Amino acid sequence: MNFKHKYVFLFPGLFVLIGILIFPIIFTIRLSLSGWNSYTPEMNFIGITNYIRLFTDDPRFWESFFRLSFLSVTTVILQYIIGFALALIVWREIKFKRFFRVIFLIPMMTTPVIMTVIWRTFFHESLGPVNDLLGNLGVEPILWLSDPVIAKFTVIIVEVWQWTPFMFLLLLAGLLSLPKEPFLAAAIDGASSFRKFVYVTFPLMAPISIGAIIIRLIEASKIMDTVFVLTSGGPGTATETSSFYIYIKGLREFQMGYAATLSFTYLVIMIISLTIIAKVLTKLMIKE
Amino acid sequence: MKTIKTYVVALISALLVLSPVAYADKWSDQFPHIKATGDIPGECSYESMSKKNYKGKTLKINTHAVPVMGEPTALHAEQFAKLTGAKVDVTHTPAGDLYAKAMVPFQAGQAPYDIVFGFSNFINDWKRYLEPVPKKYVEMKQMQDVTPSHIGIASWDGVMYQFPVDGDRHYLKYRKDVIDNPEYQKKYKADTGKELRVPQTWKEYGEMAAYFNGWDWDGDGEKEYGSAEVMKKDDLMYAAFYSRSAAYSKNPKTPGGFFFDLKTMKPLINNPGFVEALTDWVAATKYVPPGGINFGLGDEIGSFGGGQTLFSFSWDDAFVAAMQPDSPINNKVGAAQLPGAMKVWNRSTNSWDEGFNQAPFFVWGWAVGVAKKSKEKEMAFDYLCFFANEANHQADIGIGRFGVNPFRNDDFKAGVWTQIGWDKDIAQSYVDTLAQMEDSKNRVFPLRVPGTFEFNAALATAAAKALAGQLSPQAALDEAAKQWEDILNRVGKDNVRAAYSVGVAMEDNKL
Repeated sequence: MNFKHKYVFLFPGLFVLIGILIFPIIFTIRLSLSGWNSYTPEMNFIGITNYIRLFTDDPRFWESFFRLSFLSVTTVILQYIIGFALALIVWREIKFKRFFRVIFLIPMMTTPVIMTVIWRTFFHESLGPVNDLLGNLGVEPILWLSDPVIAKFTVIIVEVWQWTPFMFLLLLAGLLSLPKEPFLAAAIDGASSFRKFVYVTFPLMAPISIGAIIIRLIEASKIMDTVFVLTSGGPGTATETSSFYIYIKGLREFQMGYAATLSFTYLVIMIISLTIIAKVLTKLMIKE
Repeated sequence: MKTIKTYVVALISALLVLSPVAYADKWSDQFPHIKATGDIPGECSYESMSKKNYKGKTLKINTHAVPVMGEPTALHAEQFAKLTGAKVDVTHTPAGDLYAKAMVPFQAGQAPYDIVFGFSNFINDWKRYLEPVPKKYVEMKQMQDVTPSHIGIASWDGVMYQFPVDGDRHYLKYRKDVIDNPEYQKKYKADTGKELRVPQTWKEYGEMAAYFNGWDWDGDGEKEYGSAEVMKKDDLMYAAFYSRSAAYSKNPKTPGGFFFDLKTMKPLINNPGFVEALTDWVAATKYVPPGGINFGLGDEIGSFGGGQTLFSFSWDDAFVAAMQPDSPINNKVGAAQLPGAMKVWNRSTNSWDEGFNQAPFFVWGWAVGVAKKSKEKEMAFDYLCFFANEANHQADIGIGRFGVNPFRNDDFKAGVWTQIGWDKDIAQSYVDTLAQMEDSKNRVFPLRVPGTFEFNAALATAAAKALAGQLSPQAALDEAAKQWEDILNRVGKDNVRAAYSVGVAMEDNKL
């Protein structure tokens, strides 16, 4: 019997895949080889000129990339630690467990841009309530958004607040799906809570932890809205991240060709680095 | 018979005298926005627009976010719809995205918007996609009152592409109740040995701002600060930097370019004049309110308009906001030209010329055009003409948050401002300041060349790094100049030179 016609059924899926994934990537690569900008609005071919510019004459992109690495790694580590702690709290039989589960999820359910506007208002150095409260305690105003170092930590605070619930949700789901037997065995052996966590809970949670960390790292590496609203990359370029920089080049300065170069390079770097990170985490956290 | 004639003449005269009032009342009853003046007869008045019939047609407008320019756009759209029967869709877009929101469809050959709002310095990039303003609008009475400098800003090579709805320049705003206060004058003299007066130079500005920084000098129980300035990168801060630079770098003895040397197209933005201005600006970070380094235009308007600082300089909005009846500093502010400098860089002799120099900056302002691909061009121009009609204009310029500022000769009469509650001397100082700028022969106009956004963004990034302490002023401006060279190479020196020569001709008083 000839089953060749079965491939016809693959076409719709294949068509969608090409339309939403393959075509944009190919188009971006082609665009990156052009000089499309506000005064030359055409897909001309300029070879690898944009790539040469990126690798030899654009330290701002690389600075923003390393800044992004710092921000995303720091926020994800903090989100993991806090999210895990919260998940462990509501995993146990405590009063108002359901209530706390819902409360802990609220930040994630809010709209990031709107919440960042609210955070910006909180942290406004001369008009915001945070410095006002600190002033009542005799503390001098803290430059939450206008000191190059403190501004980075302000971004971290907002990101951790917003996305820790996501980590909490994944880890809680993981905890609830763990088998009971290893915990019973540890209890029979008289293991303390600490030992149970180190030798039973944490190893059993490792695969889920790796998945949660990687998902959050992918998301955190695209950090844009928080920076855009909170600091606009400032003061100076102190909080500028790769995605924000690409946005500036593409949609503010209208250097479409160069922005495509940045985007494609960034995509390649992220694929490689996240693959390496996933392998390293697997090696570190999962013992055979 | 003679008596009857007299009665008839008297009756006709009374009707003639009173008819404009009755006419005005008719429209101001329906549209309270113009209640101060009523409708003012003209080609695009309420009366004229009511005779147009655009029923069944839709006008699409992309404008700025509310309130600055977004609010008057929406208000006049609603009025226009009521008068003409048209449907008007208004889209509000943040300032930073106005350029791209129009450019993407422009370049794709589409016209999702009939009318696009932006900044006047977009003109070079946008003009090929905009419909020139038709002759009948250019020649109409309301356009004849627009000042020559603002006609120049809206035009390119004698063709008007942007419909004038706003006029912009940077000038100094100060707290009159402090600067003119004899007690503070005495105290300042005793403490510093200097006169407290409207600052004549940026150095004086800095000294006074530093002196009045961080203490409660107006007795409201809150600390006040020296200056509110637009220092936030990507939020128009480059314009503030050019304002601070003009006095040090715009030398009337060296025509031929402020941003570039027109002959060589060498960027001038890292010459000692600009470096001096940036050095002053870095010092200013010590006398702005906490967080002032992140102030955008809205913050600056709120800060000075709310009585938080002694000085400010930028567009009219902060001044008009401060003068509104609900402002805590209503009638306590003064206007003056931007401070000058006691030296100006001479690029011909490569040395400083000693002596007082001042240069007003006709910074870009709001601009609006009609898309060449629009299918509703006539309706679009009628809307713009209605937006800027005399009654709307007079109402709009008195509302600080609207962002509509003087650009007509009539606006430079103190009476326009006293009738909305301004003190006579403040109104006079305000219109005098604006008029002096119009009359100046040492003006700076905005950079309007291909890739304007790139040039300004590079400059803003460099200046922001200096303000944040990431680079020294010289290193920051060297970095900016290097980037300007790169942009020039990408765009083509001749392309930029051709466009820049138009602005230089205006600066050199040749246009």
